[in-house]
Amino acid sequence: MRAPDTRGTPLLRPRLLGRSAVNAVVGISVLYTLLPVLWLVLAASKDRDSLFSSDLLSLDGFSFVQNLQDLFAMDGGLYGRWYVNSLLYALLGAAIGALLSVACGYAFDKYHFPHKEKLFGLVLAAVMVPQTVLALPLYLMASEAGVVNTFWSVFIPVLFNPFGVYLGRIFSQGYVPDEVLEAARVDGAGELATYLRVALRMLGPGLVTVFLFQLTAIWNNFFLPMVMLSDQDLYPVSLGLYQWNSSASVSPEYFPVVIMGSLLAVLPLILAFVLLQRFWRSGLTAGAVK
Amino acid sequence: MTPSAPATPAVTTAPPNGTTADGSRRVRARDPRKVARRRQLGACGVLMAPFFILLVTVFLIPVGTAVWLSFFSEDQPGLGFGPERTVFVGLRSYAAVLNDPTFLSGLGTVVLYCVIYIPVMVLGALALALLLDSGVVRLRSWAQLGLFLPHAVPGIIAALIWLYLYTPGISPVIEVLGKADITVDFLGVHTVLPSIVNIALWSNLGYNMVIFYAALQAVPREVVEAAVVDGAGPVRAAVQVKTPLVRPSIVMVAMFTFIWSLQLFTEPMLLSQSSPMISSRFSPSMYIYDAAFTRNNYSLAAAAAVVLLICTIALSYGVTRWTSRVNSAEEATR
Repeated sequence: MRAPDTRGTPLLRPRLLGRSAVNAVVGISVLYTLLPVLWLVLAASKDRDSLFSSDLLSLDGFSFVQNLQDLFAMDGGLYGRWYVNSLLYALLGAAIGALLSVACGYAFDKYHFPHKEKLFGLVLAAVMVPQTVLALPLYLMASEAGVVNTFWSVFIPVLFNPFGVYLGRIFSQGYVPDEVLEAARVDGAGELATYLRVALRMLGPGLVTVFLFQLTAIWNNFFLPMVMLSDQDLYPVSLGLYQWNSSASVSPEYFPVVIMGSLLAVLPLILAFVLLQRFWRSGLTAGAVK
Repeated sequence: MTPSAPATPAVTTAPPNGTTADGSRRVRARDPRKVARRRQLGACGVLMAPFFILLVTVFLIPVGTAVWLSFFSEDQPGLGFGPERTVFVGLRSYAAVLNDPTFLSGLGTVVLYCVIYIPVMVLGALALALLLDSGVVRLRSWAQLGLFLPHAVPGIIAALIWLYLYTPGISPVIEVLGKADITVDFLGVHTVLPSIVNIALWSNLGYNMVIFYAALQAVPREVVEAAVVDGAGPVRAAVQVKTPLVRPSIVMVAMFTFIWSLQLFTEPMLLSQSSPMISSRFSPSMYIYDAAFTRNNYSLAAAAAVVLLICTIALSYGVTRWTSRVNSAEEATR
């Protein structure tokens, strides 16, 4: 990645008018992306009546704490369960999935065997296949195996991350020099020991990137849980909020809790993205270069 | 902790063939190399196996099952009183899907969606990346972070937020427009599709902008400066010099946007709770869901899924072929 040195080209600076126009366009775009999130924050602090009637910025009907309590009390504390489920699916799934796909990407980079590129082509093809195509067969397979409507029916399919293999291969090319492996072989270290003790450490940033991408994907996952799960206690937050929102049209007491629940569901990913900023930036670059 | 068990006994055994033709010295020289090769292949297998087990179980078998299901059907002989049996129906399910006006209109909806969404998305994200790359934007990294923020909002919640912003009585947008005597029904018959496009645009604009921005950062500064010395203004430098240099990422973003658009599901599914304009077969993915889990017609759902899959493959194959042809044509002219 290049350092942000674009300011160093004074010839490119447009005149003052152009400069303020540029800033205005970017500013409006940022407002477009930020205001809906701001609305979510403000609306989450309103009670039901002022949500429908009053000015968003006024302090009438401020009930942030009350909404929070309502959220976790609604339907016997279902939301807390959903949140824990989502965390389990996403954190555990992304951690295991990232380890598996990066190991595979590393092997694609460092070893040679017949038909390697054809096999890699299969992995890339898997990136493109729509989830909706796989959902029905997966459902039938899961019901055959008797795991439909269990934790595993959602957890196992989300481990599969072919894009992580692609990224793993690129990171392995970039971060793990072949000489290091040669040196380890000369020292008589086993191949897998070399991977676990040497290469994996060098792949650390790449691993975090793949983890983050997969965390986002699993946290967003909606279609698969909807197909697989009928037991509300196993729902992730996304599916739970979907269901509550459909109840809200009949019983409006769900509106404030859906809004508050949405706000809380956004927080983990925002936190992850802000904390791990430098990793996803490198991941996006890796994805964009090829 | 080296499970290289299958490789270690090979040290003592001779290579199976080619030993007599080569001199004995060369055999001894090759022997450890072959052993090392087998140990490497063993390690490679161990590293790849878990992922490929997943690939087979949650990808290859399901795709195969979908294709298989699309050619068979559950038939109940004897007016539905006999036992169910699975019979080969050939392309009947495909004919049913392709003659079903609701499927075709779903496909049409997605095509229209793509026609609106993809140009706006690609041009918007590219324009923002070029503006940010021009070096005149204040607080650039904050602007980037702000634009990227919606990507951290799960799709279903983005749809929820916008659904409320489209709902009269809750939405401050409609209220402000109302004060200016403008009444818009965001979920009306002609507005519902642009409303969905807006949700997708909001979610992904910043993400794609970051991809373009990263590609622009990799453009050699000398190239741009040379263009400026030749008299190109900042706009021309951006459009005629920088943009062609990041074409690979433009193609990639457009293709992935296209593929994801074909799968359109979450947003219309959520909006359908509040808008009668969105039927349960609004998009091909919703059609598949409806066929499989509401109507329990597995072969119909599978056939629709395979049609969607073929569209996706054809599209990505076409784009790949087209870009490689354009690239080789350019190589030739150089």
